[in-house]
Amino acid sequence: MSAKSHSAVMLRRNFKHVARNPTSVFNAILMPIVMMLMFVYMLGDAFAVGVDYVDYATPGILLMAVCYGLGSTATAVNSDMTKGIINRFKVMDVSRGAVLNAHVISSVLTNLLAIAGVIGVAFLLGFSPAAGPLDWLGVAGMILLLAVAAGWFTVALGLFAKSPETAGMAAVPLVMLPFFSSAIVPAEKMGPGVREFAEYQPFTSIIETIRGLLAGAPDTGYAITAVAWCLGIAIIGYLWARSLFKKRA
Amino acid sequence: MTTPAIAVSGLRKAFGDKVVLDGIDLEVPAGTIFSLLGPNGAGKTTTVNVLSTLITADGGTAGVAGHDVAADPKAVRATIGVTGQFAAVDELLTGRENLQLMADLNGVPDGKRVIADLLMRFELTEAAAKSVTTYSGGMRRKLDLAMTLVGNPRIIFLDEPTTGLDPRSRRTMWSIIRELVADGVTIFLTTQYLEEADQLADRIAVLDHGRLVAQGTPAELKRQIPGTHVRLRFTTAAELDAAASLFPGSTPDADALELRVPSDAGTKSLRALLDRLDENSLAAEEFSVHTPDLDDVFLALTGRTTEAAK
Repeated sequence: MSAKSHSAVMLRRNFKHVARNPTSVFNAILMPIVMMLMFVYMLGDAFAVGVDYVDYATPGILLMAVCYGLGSTATAVNSDMTKGIINRFKVMDVSRGAVLNAHVISSVLTNLLAIAGVIGVAFLLGFSPAAGPLDWLGVAGMILLLAVAAGWFTVALGLFAKSPETAGMAAVPLVMLPFFSSAIVPAEKMGPGVREFAEYQPFTSIIETIRGLLAGAPDTGYAITAVAWCLGIAIIGYLWARSLFKKRA
Repeated sequence: MTTPAIAVSGLRKAFGDKVVLDGIDLEVPAGTIFSLLGPNGAGKTTTVNVLSTLITADGGTAGVAGHDVAADPKAVRATIGVTGQFAAVDELLTGRENLQLMADLNGVPDGKRVIADLLMRFELTEAAAKSVTTYSGGMRRKLDLAMTLVGNPRIIFLDEPTTGLDPRSRRTMWSIIRELVADGVTIFLTTQYLEEADQLADRIAVLDHGRLVAQGTPAELKRQIPGTHVRLRFTTAAELDAAASLFPGSTPDADALELRVPSDAGTKSLRALLDRLDENSLAAEEFSVHTPDLDDVFLALTGRTTEAAK
């Protein structure tokens, strides 16, 4: 059997998990929508960012939509590891990465559902992007790249953690990071220290790239930085995950 | 000469500076049950982990079904089945879905029939559609073993398959293991229970602190350890001496005022023994029947008891 079909079998297993226990996916979709409503509908008028706030905030909330899904991925991977099912797969003639591939794919799919939810709600709140088809394609590519990178990194975190609880906790910084970026307010409005951090952390370049694309005015500088960050995180996450998978018995 | 199912020579493994396997040699002929007997921490699971390609050894060689575990782990994995100490089942799936997962991964062509057979054989048909979270410990272990069997492995590693099971589930497990060997499967079984090794194994190896301290058939090993006996404790040395002279072959322990009398522990022989004491107006303060267990094996083979008994 090929690696691809082993991954497909494992992915089917992940889908069954979601069907049995839909709360985690439900949360991953609901939380970013709640954030969207909270910041745009409740607080939006309080922020002066120069443009319609829903247009400003949507890119940041899209990023949060990716991050909120990660906790359940980390927990699921860790519980596979600590409950011994990964060891069962390891002593079978099953392609090495299949179970991890499946976790990354289902993490990305959860992200995409959440993204679709956020975009839908954004339009209801008056979101009016100036993006053309090519810009939208760029947005899709950026989000997919981020989702894959964050997925591999989270899988590695899940393998590394000692218990499902700590695995869930390990993903919390990823959920918090968007707040310390230009997601909600521009970095230049933040206090010293936080401002510098916000300007240089990976999420800001990703958000600014998406923001530029949605405004129909892509920023190449941010885009290059964002793609570099994502590729870096993806490669580190992938290599770390593979090495943990091999080592931990 | 046929290739042995498992051949191990000079196997060594250390975690940090803690030596877990200190040069193990063993050979398991195909179609037999080999039991690795030892207390917790003796290195049983580590041995299974090395042989099942989960971890690599620091030294020595290990071959499973003629394939070297280090050089060709993929070929080894294709031949073996492993059921570990803790049931490795997918708790969010049902029993049948767990088996189906194994059938899909193994590419079993007639999966449905194989699964139905296994469910029947392991008395899990009724629970097949239920989530594994509702299963008892014994059911989980059975499902775990059933999952291992889906791929029809020719060599099966069972790491303490009955630890923590109630006596009835243990018996069921034993009869399943016997059926497997009848089909020509080779079984490598680790256990803490002397009785289990005695019941099932063609050969037993006793593992202690990463070394094999004895190896042989159950009968050979039993010759090295004290058999079933009765212990009588008296209040005075005079009574002990008097009793000792009544039972030839008995061994007195003057310090504990105890007499060990070999016996088959049947009611007839016990009554005869008690009658004998009575006829001679002797009364023991304490009376106990003792069947040999892992502790006796260890005491006899290493001169000390297991860690657990301390």
